[in-house]
Amino acid sequence: MLQTFIQQIINGLALGSIYALIALGYTMVYGVLRLINFAHGDVYMIGAFVGYYAAQKFGIASASGQISFGGALILMMTAMMASASLGVVIERFAYRPVRKYPRLTSLITAIGVSLLLENGGQVLFGADPKFFPILNSAVTYTFGSVTVRLTDIIIVVVSVSLMVLLQTIVLKTKLGKAMRAVSYNLDAAKLMGINTDFIIAFTFALGSALAAAAGILVSLSFPKIDPLIGVLTGLKAFVAAVLGGIGNITGAVLGGFLIGIAETMAAGYLPQSLNSYKDAVAFAILILVLLFKPAGLMGSVAPEKV
Amino acid sequence: MPPLVKKLLWSLGTVGILLVVNQVMVNGIGGYGIPAQDYYVRVLTLVGISIIAAVSLNLINGYTGQFSIGHAGFMAVGGYTAAYISFYYGAGILNTLQGLPLPVALTIRLFISLLIGVVFSALAGFVVGMPSLRLKGDYLAIVTLGFGEIIRIIILSIDSVGGARGFSSIVQGATEPPDQRMFEFLKESIFFWVFLFAVITVVIVKNLVNSTFGRALTSIRENEIAAEAMGINTTRYKVIAFVISAGLAGLAGGLFAHYDNYLNTNSFTFVKSVEVIIMIVLGGMGSITGAILGATVLTILPELLRDLQQYRMVIYSLLLIVIMIVRPQGILGRRELSLSGLFGKKKTV
Amino acid sequence: MADSLLKTNKATIRFGGLVAVNEMNLDVQRGQLFGLIGPNGAGKTTIFNLLTGVYQPTSGDISVDGVDIRGKLPCEISALGVSRTFQNIRLFADMTVLENVKTACHLRSKQSILDAVFRTKKHQQDEQEQETFALELLEIFKLDHLKHEKSTSLPYGSQRRLEIARALATRPKLLLLDEPAAGMNPQESVDLMKLIGWIRDRFELTILLVEHNMKVVMGICERIQVVEYGQTIAVGTPHEIKTDKRVIEAYLGSA
Ligand SMILES: Nc1ncnc2c1ncn2[C@@H]1O[C@H](COP(=O)(O)OP(=O)(O)OP(=O)(O)O)[C@@H](O)[C@H]1O
Ligand SMILES: [Mg+2]
Repeated sequence: MLQTFIQQIINGLALGSIYALIALGYTMVYGVLRLINFAHGDVYMIGAFVGYYAAQKFGIASASGQISFGGALILMMTAMMASASLGVVIERFAYRPVRKYPRLTSLITAIGVSLLLENGGQVLFGADPKFFPILNSAVTYTFGSVTVRLTDIIIVVVSVSLMVLLQTIVLKTKLGKAMRAVSYNLDAAKLMGINTDFIIAFTFALGSALAAAAGILVSLSFPKIDPLIGVLTGLKAFVAAVLGGIGNITGAVLGGFLIGIAETMAAGYLPQSLNSYKDAVAFAILILVLLFKPAGLMGSVAPEKV
Repeated sequence: MPPLVKKLLWSLGTVGILLVVNQVMVNGIGGYGIPAQDYYVRVLTLVGISIIAAVSLNLINGYTGQFSIGHAGFMAVGGYTAAYISFYYGAGILNTLQGLPLPVALTIRLFISLLIGVVFSALAGFVVGMPSLRLKGDYLAIVTLGFGEIIRIIILSIDSVGGARGFSSIVQGATEPPDQRMFEFLKESIFFWVFLFAVITVVIVKNLVNSTFGRALTSIRENEIAAEAMGINTTRYKVIAFVISAGLAGLAGGLFAHYDNYLNTNSFTFVKSVEVIIMIVLGGMGSITGAILGATVLTILPELLRDLQQYRMVIYSLLLIVIMIVRPQGILGRRELSLSGLFGKKKTV
Repeated sequence: MADSLLKTNKATIRFGGLVAVNEMNLDVQRGQLFGLIGPNGAGKTTIFNLLTGVYQPTSGDISVDGVDIRGKLPCEISALGVSRTFQNIRLFADMTVLENVKTACHLRSKQSILDAVFRTKKHQQDEQEQETFALELLEIFKLDHLKHEKSTSLPYGSQRRLEIARALATRPKLLLLDEPAAGMNPQESVDLMKLIGWIRDRFELTILLVEHNMKVVMGICERIQVVEYGQTIAVGTPHEIKTDKRVIEAYLGSA
């Protein structure tokens, strides 16, 4: 009993760090633009595919589809750079032109971009799944009946390092300071001479890079990828961001881990017949939390001034 | 002419015209060499269903200004409920109605299924709307999305409606051998029913929005705080709009179930909700004729793009982005097209 | 004791550390034209928001016509007969002038949703009554010729008058006007104040008026309360206020 519990916690931590990484992108973009970037989950998918094709192009993977740790690192860097550029392009050509319109317009545009990436992906990559290279040092450690996969450890370690890196950028650098200023008040930041367009683009680049990193990490662990993997994962990561209090970076990480753990718990404890409900868990938690804390766990809403 | 008589004449006229069109479309006109138009019957039936879905969503998204992305969930509730009644109780209902002529009995049976579907989807709308409509903007959008997904996942796990396999032979029912009477009946008449209900939906929504209730809903969209201060119980009206909208979505779902004779939860994902949103966005949010236009264009377009099947959704999504950038208010904006003024002029709401 | 329509007892609201309204006692008599004045940020609009249920008081009581309104929704308070205008105009932007006023008639509407769906006789009568009453109000405010214009296309002063017309459409007992003459030229404000006095008599209203312009308020209000930093510093007749030392210091000093 206890062992199942520990096992699910470990699985949950791995899954949760993925959600947290993606949630960060949602939350940062929401912070600066008040926009739900629906396409973010698809940027995560693109990250995975960039890794897949890079592995083939660079000839990193062995004939049997295995890669070394260093190889994986190269894939991740490539994917992060590619997705960051994609994020900037999306912002420049889809979101910036509608920024002056009501917020609903941006939301619908974001849905459009998301559909474009998913369906464009199906045309470009084909709808059938591809198989990502596997780490050649992929091992499992067993403690009693609890098994820990090396990939899970890598996921958690890399994710947490990236989160720390992000936190450092946001809190310690000039760019980070500007980001916070834009989040706080875009118009005021502009008046203070901050190049807000650049900061917004930078935010998209950062968020997209993190999503791509998540895409690679997941693919190393679950190598089957297709153009729709971003849909549900993206939705849940978004839910995590809202749950934590959208716009709040710590909240996104907290929300990510909560959703991840709740989901693996549901998978571990729900009877087989109810297993399909594990995908509903994230939404159920979100709805419950929002009903009692309408701004999420760590967010705050100022009542509208009348 | 007394108004009641006028209304009656209008209704009879509409039904008559629809019947004639149905007859011509389904069977052709024998003596004049006009063949049956099976292909157009199929496409237009889908157009009719889309119109019901779009016009009903417009009530909440367009007029009340609350952004819901869960419409497919309510279509699913209505569709599956209606299908369930047809499948499991259809034979029983027909038995009870034995004395009546068959077409009448079948009509009543269809109505009962659809009605129960509407009631359940409206109930679902109430259950979802009650707590979530306190949330604003993005949060509401995301909660409706979440509810939509939850509804779908729940249906997916119910074995008596087919689960992941889908729900098939809905109108034949569970009897052995399958009862083909409803199937044959609908083959001849589903076009008529769909358009009859599309007209009814449009009339209901039109009468609502052109009344004091419509102004109350619109005032919520325009300025919620002022609306409250003017005595409009905004929460109550949001829930009412949501319930009506969900109920009509359920009607669309029920008609679809009876038309296609097969349901699968894959037809009711978040993507379906988005499709309906695109319809009203394209036509113009807050315009009934706009919603009709959007539903028609976006149902026929994929047919025209058949050869480009693969690119269909790519074109869709590009279209959506381009509309948002170039004309975010949609083709008609909030204006209504009318026959009298070919150039739509804004009607007094 | 005379007949109070509106009474607050130590009404207080805090926003974090800021006490925006502090133990405020208001007593407005039925039929009175009551002025509420004070420098910027004194808490006047916040008092309006407390009276209309937009904010809930942190402590203290508020009652309208003997009914405790704490915890009530703005729409419920509106149904009790309190209506208002907004300092930062809040018209229904995409609706016409006439629709704005008709929308507020909804509160006293007699038809049900089914009446509307089936266009019953009741529905038609009710719509007709709304239209007639709305037009009557527009005429009073000389806006009837603009009835089909989009409300936000009106000049600023007309928008303010439209807000008053809309507020009256709920058939209130108590009307709260938040700086109705803001942005108007002197002649317009004088005309408006005359009109306000007139509608008070015509509709048998009690009016609570927030206004910056001292002269204007002195001219028409029967009783005036002066607030500063959320607190009352004086209450009395215009004459008493004019000669109150604290008022002269606080208000005239800063205005
Ligand atoms: N929702 C709110 N949250 C925080 N502070 C608020 C809020 N509403 C009002 N305040 C503060 O309360 C104080 C009183 O504001 P209020 O708007 O009532 O002043 P006022 O007397 O109407 O001023 P003015 O003459 O400028 O309209 C101000 O300091 C204001 O910033
Ligand atoms: Mg004020």
